[in-house]
Amino acid sequence: MDEILLLDAAERYLKGEMNEQEKASFEQMRRTNPELDQLVVEHHFFLNEMNRYSSIKSFKNNLHETQAKLEAEGVLKEKALSAGAKVITLYKRYKKTIAIAASIAGITSLLTYAASNLVAPKADINQVQELSKKIDDIKKTTDAQGSELNKVKDDLKVPNVKFKSSGTAFLIDAKGYLATNAHIIKNSSTVVVLNSKGEEYKAGIAFIDNTKDLAILKIADSEFKPVPLPYAISKSTTDIAEPIYTFGYPRNDIVYGEGYLSAKTGFNGDTLTCQIDVPANPGNSGGPVFNENGEVIGILSTRQLETEGAVFAIQSKYIYKALDELKKNEEYADIKVPSVSSVKKMERKLQARKVKDFIFMVKGN
Amino acid sequence: MKVYPNDDLLLKGLASNDKQAIEVLYKENFGLIQTYILNNSGTTDDAKDIFQEAMIVLYEKAASGSFELTAQIKTYVYSVCRRLWLKRLQQSQRYNSPVESLDEVVPVEDELEEHQKKNEAYLMMEKAMGHIGEPCKSLLEAYYLQGKNMQEIAENFGYTNADNAKNQKYKCLMRLKKLFFTQYKNGN
Repeated sequence: MDEILLLDAAERYLKGEMNEQEKASFEQMRRTNPELDQLVVEHHFFLNEMNRYSSIKSFKNNLHETQAKLEAEGVLKEKALSAGAKVITLYKRYKKTIAIAASIAGITSLLTYAASNLVAPKADINQVQELSKKIDDIKKTTDAQGSELNKVKDDLKVPNVKFKSSGTAFLIDAKGYLATNAHIIKNSSTVVVLNSKGEEYKAGIAFIDNTKDLAILKIADSEFKPVPLPYAISKSTTDIAEPIYTFGYPRNDIVYGEGYLSAKTGFNGDTLTCQIDVPANPGNSGGPVFNENGEVIGILSTRQLETEGAVFAIQSKYIYKALDELKKNEEYADIKVPSVSSVKKMERKLQARKVKDFIFMVKGN
Repeated sequence: MKVYPNDDLLLKGLASNDKQAIEVLYKENFGLIQTYILNNSGTTDDAKDIFQEAMIVLYEKAASGSFELTAQIKTYVYSVCRRLWLKRLQQSQRYNSPVESLDEVVPVEDELEEHQKKNEAYLMMEKAMGHIGEPCKSLLEAYYLQGKNMQEIAENFGYTNADNAKNQKYKCLMRLKKLFFTQYKNGN
């Protein structure tokens, strides 16, 4: 009830229906009572909104009525869409300009024709012959260059063979040594590696161990430029549940995958491998498995056929074992594997960007 | 600056909600707008809608009293309609390519933003009115919209006296305010 009285007072005040005395006492109340003041302000706003609502509503009514009336009188006709309307308006608007432009163009072309006829020198037969001789000379040089090029190409060229298998490999020594799976290049006479930029290098097999499914390749291509490796090869095993990531070439582009180490041993308790949980497809074979520090902890190798998501990796310490074996041969005595990762503590995205250039696609026939 | 005496007269008529002014505005402008909208993947109904909204924008302007016409009404209406239509096309994703215009336009973005806000408040009030139910709705409309006095209202609505009607009116008003302000606060 109180509220209604207050509201009534506020409304009468706002509408100017109060007498002087009433108004003065109301204003006095308003000054001392912030709640009342708030009510007055709010009500003022609300009444304004109401007024606007009311006037727009009646305006809308009038609009509707007028429109209906005009429609009934047939003043507002439904127009059919005329497709050409815009073009015609454009044409009408620019008719004059078009005409002037066309005549200027015509005159200019006539003048140019006349001028070129007048100024152009008449060709001398001797000159023409000389020119054709020159062209012959140029042709000869080009031919010579072409054959030279072909010779160079033959030297460089990766033999044109059909590749049967493909997988992934990664550098373990900047000098061009790569680790991969033995099964990818088994029985291959030619091995080619491609990096993520699409540069192709010939490679030879330096070491192969079919039982461990591990192979070391050596790039034998003068085009290859060594760049220091950003990652290290870990000598120890990693703990279960540690996050890992891989790179591989299941298709023609390099593909990133991430997961975790799910068991320290492989299929049927195989101590050579460990189990990781990461999306993998056939072309991923031979790819590096990195831990968070950017250290290679394994080589992705086989996938258990019947279980999705179970992937096995050869533990990285076996890379060292293979290298020990290899170093007995003097030719390979200088292999040095990086043991410190320069991408450690870097954000994963940055790590991946640095690392991916050192991962290659392997093709064998 | 050019003065358009005829246009000024029209605006005054519009501000006072004069049907004749509305009729003239329709006759002089609707054809152009219809052509524009039909040529830009709209229908005649779209044209009517857009034109009405533009009329409301113009009415708000005219009624505010502070509106100075710096261009012909025709140009203004065309600019408003064009802007409204482009916006609607964008919202419905029918927007293919920017619609080229051969006619003169004036900037109306600020006005339309203001109109948008006012329109939101209008819709809130409409919704609140729709929710309070009868007899509150008719009672409030009779007093605030039609300007009837409490005595008349008491007779029409069958209240014993004007004071009873007044009490009832305030009860309704309090509910309406509550409905309106809940929306208003949520909207902001």
